[in-house]
Amino acid sequence: MNTEITIKPYLRLSGLEPLVVRPETNFINVGERTNVTGSKKFARLIREGLYEEALSVARQQVESGAQILDVNMDDALLDGEKAMTTFMNLLAAEPDISKIPIMIDSSKFSIIEAGLKCVQGKCVVNSISLKEGEEKFIEQARICQSYGAAVVVMAFDEHGQADNYQKRVDFSHRAYKILTEQVGYDPQDIIFDPNIFAVATGIEEHNNYAVDFIEATRKIKELMPLTKVSGGVSNISFSFRGNDVVREAMHSVFLFYAIQAGMDMGIVNAGMIQIYDEIDPVLRDLCEDVILNRNEDATEKLIAFAETVKAKGKVIEKDEKWRNGTVQERLSHALVNGITDYIEADTEEARQLYSRPLEVIEGPLMDGMNIVGDLFGSGKMFLPQVVKSARVMKKSVAVLTPFIEEEKLRMVELNGGVVKSAGKILLATVKGDVHDIGKNIVGVVLACNGYDIIDLGVMVPAEKILTAAREHKVDIIGLSGLITPSLDEMVHVARELKRQGFDIPLLIGGATTSRTHTAVKIAPEYENGVVHVLDASRSVTVTGSLLNKALKKNFLTGVQGEYVKLNDSFRNKKPVKQYLSIADTRKNKTKIDWEKFQPVKPAKLGLQVFEDYDLAEIAKYIDWQPFFIAWELHGKFPQILTDEVVGKEATKLYEDAKEQLGRLVKEKWLGCKAVIGLFPANSNGEDTVTVKMPDGTEVNLEFLRQQIKKAPGQPNFSLADFIAPASYGKEDYIGGFAVTTGIGIEKWLEKFEKEHDDYSSIMLKALADRLAEAFTELLHERVRKEFWGYANEEHLSNEDLIKEEYAGIRPAPGYPACPDHTEKWKMFDMLNATANTGIILTESLAMFPASSVSGWYMANPESKYFGLGKIEKDQVEDYAARKGWTVEETEKWLRPNLEYDI
Amino acid sequence: MKTLQQCANERILIIDGAMGTMIQRYKLEEEDYRGERFKNYHTDVKGNNDLLCITQPQIIEAIHREYLEAGADIIETNTFSSTTIAQADYDMQSIARELNVEAAKIARRAADDYTARNPEKPRFVAGAIGPMNKPLSLSPDVNNPGYRSVTFDEVADAYYEQISGLVEGGAHILLIETIFDTLNSKAAIYAAKKYFREYNMELPIMISGTITDASGRTLSGQTLEAFYISVMHAHPFSIGLNCALGGEQMRPHILELAQIASCYTSCYPNAGLPNAFGEYDEEPADTAHIIEDFAREGFVNIVGGCCGTTPDHIRHIAEHVKTITPRPLPAVEKALA
Repeated sequence: MNTEITIKPYLRLSGLEPLVVRPETNFINVGERTNVTGSKKFARLIREGLYEEALSVARQQVESGAQILDVNMDDALLDGEKAMTTFMNLLAAEPDISKIPIMIDSSKFSIIEAGLKCVQGKCVVNSISLKEGEEKFIEQARICQSYGAAVVVMAFDEHGQADNYQKRVDFSHRAYKILTEQVGYDPQDIIFDPNIFAVATGIEEHNNYAVDFIEATRKIKELMPLTKVSGGVSNISFSFRGNDVVREAMHSVFLFYAIQAGMDMGIVNAGMIQIYDEIDPVLRDLCEDVILNRNEDATEKLIAFAETVKAKGKVIEKDEKWRNGTVQERLSHALVNGITDYIEADTEEARQLYSRPLEVIEGPLMDGMNIVGDLFGSGKMFLPQVVKSARVMKKSVAVLTPFIEEEKLRMVELNGGVVKSAGKILLATVKGDVHDIGKNIVGVVLACNGYDIIDLGVMVPAEKILTAAREHKVDIIGLSGLITPSLDEMVHVARELKRQGFDIPLLIGGATTSRTHTAVKIAPEYENGVVHVLDASRSVTVTGSLLNKALKKNFLTGVQGEYVKLNDSFRNKKPVKQYLSIADTRKNKTKIDWEKFQPVKPAKLGLQVFEDYDLAEIAKYIDWQPFFIAWELHGKFPQILTDEVVGKEATKLYEDAKEQLGRLVKEKWLGCKAVIGLFPANSNGEDTVTVKMPDGTEVNLEFLRQQIKKAPGQPNFSLADFIAPASYGKEDYIGGFAVTTGIGIEKWLEKFEKEHDDYSSIMLKALADRLAEAFTELLHERVRKEFWGYANEEHLSNEDLIKEEYAGIRPAPGYPACPDHTEKWKMFDMLNATANTGIILTESLAMFPASSVSGWYMANPESKYFGLGKIEKDQVEDYAARKGWTVEETEKWLRPNLEYDI
Repeated sequence: MKTLQQCANERILIIDGAMGTMIQRYKLEEEDYRGERFKNYHTDVKGNNDLLCITQPQIIEAIHREYLEAGADIIETNTFSSTTIAQADYDMQSIARELNVEAAKIARRAADDYTARNPEKPRFVAGAIGPMNKPLSLSPDVNNPGYRSVTFDEVADAYYEQISGLVEGGAHILLIETIFDTLNSKAAIYAAKKYFREYNMELPIMISGTITDASGRTLSGQTLEAFYISVMHAHPFSIGLNCALGGEQMRPHILELAQIASCYTSCYPNAGLPNAFGEYDEEPADTAHIIEDFAREGFVNIVGGCCGTTPDHIRHIAEHVKTITPRPLPAVEKALA
């Protein structure tokens, strides 16, 4: 694109869209009906405050081809500034009107300035002049310039209006020099109005007015070629008021000649120009005589002709074809195009068609709004249009509301009792966000469905939302936001709801929100129901389900399940994967040469219990990295202590931790207990491991197998692979352990709580967790070296231990390699763990005290940690059979690992 | 020292990247935002990033320096929301002007230091003038489309005060940016011109609008050309686009602007589109690649980054456009051919 670009000195105006006036541009129509001095109807609408209808006048101008809209509020009975401001602000919300530039028309400059303050596009000021002298003229021009407006300059001077050819040219030229040389106006931003006056008035001096205008235009364009010439065209035919046929013909003839002379634009009733070639030739000739002042009795002849013409009222030609559609189509059209003109009648018609008023909302209105949503989403509609559509919706709903109310009362009468609101819903756009279109639409739609809406508006801080929710006893809170930081704020609100003990559901909506974000970031923060609502139409069914006691539980469980899955799949983000049948995966198990392998018999089979192990010894095995993660300081230890950003904080935390740890060890704050057990075991060659207990009984441990299709040479792992199959006739072994370092922690936590010392309390919990892991590490080392003794040559530093650079593994039920928590029951039985350590399993298989660890020991050098990943239904069925469960039960426990939907 | 104009004629200028993204890295808490001075302030101020110019000036200066080090010719003051209207969110209207003065001083300190080290590459401070949180063309109330929560005069007064603070603090440029409602930017232009007139001085004005979505329009509904026409009267030093879109999505718009703008053009996109979490994850090399394409096509004179971009992005961008000729200014005709 290195061809040189040139920027031409064209007049450039804009509304929502640009209007560039090039030499080849045709005559520009400036719509004139939105002028209280020129249109009685418009004046009445404005005086009576019927702005909605007044906007229809403007829209009709645009639809009839106006390219600039002239707006005038000069009426003695009006507060002109206020009327101008109100109308301009309303226009801004009508994209099909405000797409064209505005011409702010007033003889009072304060009204002009009021208009300038409301228009985002580059508009035209109509007008300024030298009427009150140069100083005033310059001052006003400067103001117009600072708002970036083009100006219409009327041909006036201090003594009055230019009424002949020479004055028109001279006054214009004088103004031009002042504007370009003193004010610094670009010539192309200057538009002259050399005064169009009425002709054929019967007064002889008036007869040459049209000719003077046309010739002055020619001269002005010659002298000042970049400027534009405009005029109020309908003035010319003023004396034929009431006879539109003659007026239209006069306008056309006048413009035919004026445009040839260089007139660029004119204020016209765009619907009131006859096509020059289609004018009755007799009338056309008479008009030309008058306009061009060709003969003395031209006026009389035209008047005589006018008498004969019946003023046939011409129908306004507006594209009304859509009115021929069905009422559903019309409602949809009105919504999509934001037209309120017929909405009341159409709504009423629809109401009579449907059995219940609510069905109109749920049917055609929602259908229309869905189209709006789709168009907006795909960039084919933009915000102001959507706002308009919402307004049409609101108007339609207003028609239906009384009938809905009536229906409600009827229902109450039928059922007895009082009117009950379907529920109270609080809506708010979160702090930091001003976008509330979607929220408002949801509010409207929900209100239509009988809910009481408490709308807190935009930029609402969390605290205010919660306070209002409590005060109004709302049933649901709905949050909305459009900008991305709002997402974090929603997470914050969810946290606050939890912190402050709320139990009502939370709805999430708005353009940047998504099901994934809700599932991954918001839902985990608040357990009492977080639901992402895609659009207003879904909000009704969602709230309906949430406020129906019978439905709520199932609905929320469903949503939560779905979110857990989304969350999970997000975290294991992966492309579509292929899965093998369980039979095929077993064929691809870990290849271990059992013929050659000789299992090491543990030095000490059976159980061993450890009590009051030396905390100082345990502390040496602490892996500090997870400790910092618990405090949301992410980074490698010990590098994190010198990290540029968090290093200072991390070091401080580390010092405090070591201090507390020192006291904890010295003063024996925590009791620790552990049990380990080592047993003979063999696998069945598939996924089951049979353990021989000292009392001669057998326990079958059930494992799961990776089912995803692996790369060639990569096995589908199952932990059972690491235990020798019975078919080889060699006795192998497995171990189990349960460890806790959380005994007696409560009294310390209570103490800190009483002292409002959260820091110490969290610190202690974090340290106890670390100690449990450290104790586990320590015992594992002793198992490898002494109690089982398969690695008595091992010499590893703590760092190597953390990196797991030893032979053998200690996978825990509930963790990625063996995600079925319920195997813990078997393990606890085998180890008699509750009696030996005091650890209790809760009904959801969590261990109490929290600082506890349990797992299996496997010694095979080939054994390794892996993630099970997703599994298919065939394995679930196989596993259910092995566990003696139903498939449903199995799916419940393995839900996060299911590859399929249930 | 070379003027901004001279520099722009010679090469593509680099404007810095995101301030917010960099501040986030410090993981500041309420007490950090408050600092000593607002220790007992009656409302929460966490998130008021502009306040950091007063309470944590060393952080803001450090960020400026990172961008200067990365090669930025123009750095933006940390004043996106430093108007009485935007600060009202935190009830901090009364310090709005002070925020601007301090922010400009901090940026100047850093920029002047770098200019002194290498006078061949002078650094400039652009006073950032944000869009405000209250639009003049849109109603906050769907049932009352004519309603406005603020008036043109209030907005213009707020901008006037901001501008006076920026000038006092030493800003070289006024940068009216992230414009989603043209009428607000017109109020800023109005205020700037008024200030220039009253103090008989003038600073270059850079204008940067925001195309919000696939419609190719501003949030207030204008097409790009309509927007440009609406602000031409500022006689800006540059016109451009920033925020909302990544470079890739900006391409057709920056191309259009390059054709119609009679002044320099600027482009500082986000680091791609936000992911599901509102985070920007476009890699520096990728952003730089897109910008380099703009430069080669002759679309741009000033480039940099917006949300999610970091000194790394700026370093890559600077490196990529270093040897590319800037877009030549179009010939502006004074007469019809």
